[in-house]
Amino acid sequence: MAKKLMKGAEAIGEAAIRANCRAYFCYPITPQTEVAEYLARRMPEVDGVFLQAESEVAAANMLFGAAGAGQRVFTTSSSPGIALMSEAISYIAAAELPVVFVNIMRCGPGLGGILPSQGDYFNATKGGGHGDYKLPVLAPESVQEAVDLMMQAFDLADRYRTPVFMVGDGMIGQMMEPVEFHDKYVTDQIDQSKWASTGCQGRSPNVVKTLFLDPNACELHNHHLAEKYAEIEKNEVRYETYNMDENPELVLVAYGTVARICKTAIDELKKEGLEIGLFRPITLFPFPGDELRRIAENESTKSLLCVEMSMGQMLEDVQRFTRYVKPIEFFGRQGGIVPSPEEIVEQARALCSRKGA
Amino acid sequence: MTVVFKRPESLTPTITHYCPGCTHGVIHRVVAEVLDELGIRERTVGVAPVGCSVLAYNYFNCDFQESAHGRAPAFATGIKRVRPDLIVFTYQGDGDLASIGMAEIVHAANRGEKFTTVFVNNAIYGMTGGQMAPTTLPHQVTTTSPRGRDTDDVGYPIRVAEMLSTLRTPGYIARVSSHTPKHVVEAKKAIKKAFQYQVENRCFSLVEVLSTCPTNWGKTPVESTRWLEDSMIPYFPLGEMKTPDDEAAQG
Repeated sequence: MAKKLMKGAEAIGEAAIRANCRAYFCYPITPQTEVAEYLARRMPEVDGVFLQAESEVAAANMLFGAAGAGQRVFTTSSSPGIALMSEAISYIAAAELPVVFVNIMRCGPGLGGILPSQGDYFNATKGGGHGDYKLPVLAPESVQEAVDLMMQAFDLADRYRTPVFMVGDGMIGQMMEPVEFHDKYVTDQIDQSKWASTGCQGRSPNVVKTLFLDPNACELHNHHLAEKYAEIEKNEVRYETYNMDENPELVLVAYGTVARICKTAIDELKKEGLEIGLFRPITLFPFPGDELRRIAENESTKSLLCVEMSMGQMLEDVQRFTRYVKPIEFFGRQGGIVPSPEEIVEQARALCSRKGA
Repeated sequence: MTVVFKRPESLTPTITHYCPGCTHGVIHRVVAEVLDELGIRERTVGVAPVGCSVLAYNYFNCDFQESAHGRAPAFATGIKRVRPDLIVFTYQGDGDLASIGMAEIVHAANRGEKFTTVFVNNAIYGMTGGQMAPTTLPHQVTTTSPRGRDTDDVGYPIRVAEMLSTLRTPGYIARVSSHTPKHVVEAKKAIKKAFQYQVENRCFSLVEVLSTCPTNWGKTPVESTRWLEDSMIPYFPLGEMKTPDDEAAQG
């Protein structure tokens, strides 16, 4: 299939359609409204459903209802919108329905701003809504990867009957890159006849619900969910390493577009003869903690530098999983400021000289 | 022997948890009879609210989804949009629909979503134990209006059926009651009409059903039916507020 130059937001919308998703409920919010604009045109062309809801609260509950009726559904939003959807996300996780959510993160807290951020790491990975639940979180670094992960997200959601997040930032949504839609990610939906509410002809009624008045039943349900999350942790870890063959003393840890900027910084430093590595989680949950710890435990590794567009959120997972086996430094920008390769080069160079490398 | 009265197929043989004198059970039965009579049980999906009738799915013999508080119209929108062949109804109380879920019901009605809402108005929060609702009458005592609803402080009760009738989008909106057999017969006519409009794919439909809450009103069931008649109906008049055939709706 030929490559096509597409804006990230539009490519995300198209990827969902290519993944056989035919329903999208949304509410406009910068910096990802282009997805809605694209799908307002595109969904009717494939006999799909496009609906602009009255709020993110309503949009998320429309997804809930539509997923309960057995349809592949998704939405896109940005940080404050995702916060409003969190009510439904908790319910959807509890009801075990497959729904894909895309959060093109903007800076906060509060109204914050519309520029890129990674300030929703906690929201995405630690459960944004109430109760004990988790969901797979995918973090692409390019438009192509956003397309690939978007298409796979529906399968992941189906397989584990869970909401799935894909998180990016304004950079992913706004930049144009050549993309290719791979047929290998196009799959059929799983059989939902056992649980979806589609009319009870020829069977006893299906009920989609999350209420457990009996404490034992409620606890049992929590155990069931926990087992599912353990299974996801076992099977779905994804990450990438970059320039790790040189046994670098300093390893950067970054995800999404920040990881991509780190790669540019690493290439720059290579020209100076300084070898720096990168560990890039592609799944934020499940976090590739064992893999990162092995790297931290390498004798050659002297320190880690966690780079984020936040005040240090993934940092806590890096600390937790590596158990501080090596010193962990942090460099973060917030407010919508994207760290430049030069800044990262400078940070890395300073750390290397400080460590006497 | 001829069977002259039996449980509708659309109800399960389950004893409900509703308090004595509460009319939820009667309203459930009326809805179930309508589903039976229209022959739509096997393609119907109900949406349960949060409130006293959250467990409606235990009593109805059709597919059901349990909504988040107030969001049933958004659920129904999602279901109906992706499966227009299904018959979808929400069953909601006054706290659920007229307070926390006001935005969802107004916009669903305004989009003309082709589902049916059975809106049970008993002028109080039942499940949480008798708090003031948006439909609590002036001077009515509840646990959160212990000196009676003060309209200077919290405004007047919302007349949902009238409010939704002002929307330009065609729809069927009616208010009925459930406190006497005669009223139940009228209620059934309206609810059947509401579902019929959906079957014909014509419009959004909502039937507000006045009902009793002896437990939280602090009245006996008989006193409750009298109070509904004497206090609620004067403020919440019965009748069809809007039909899709209205000239106003056409023009």
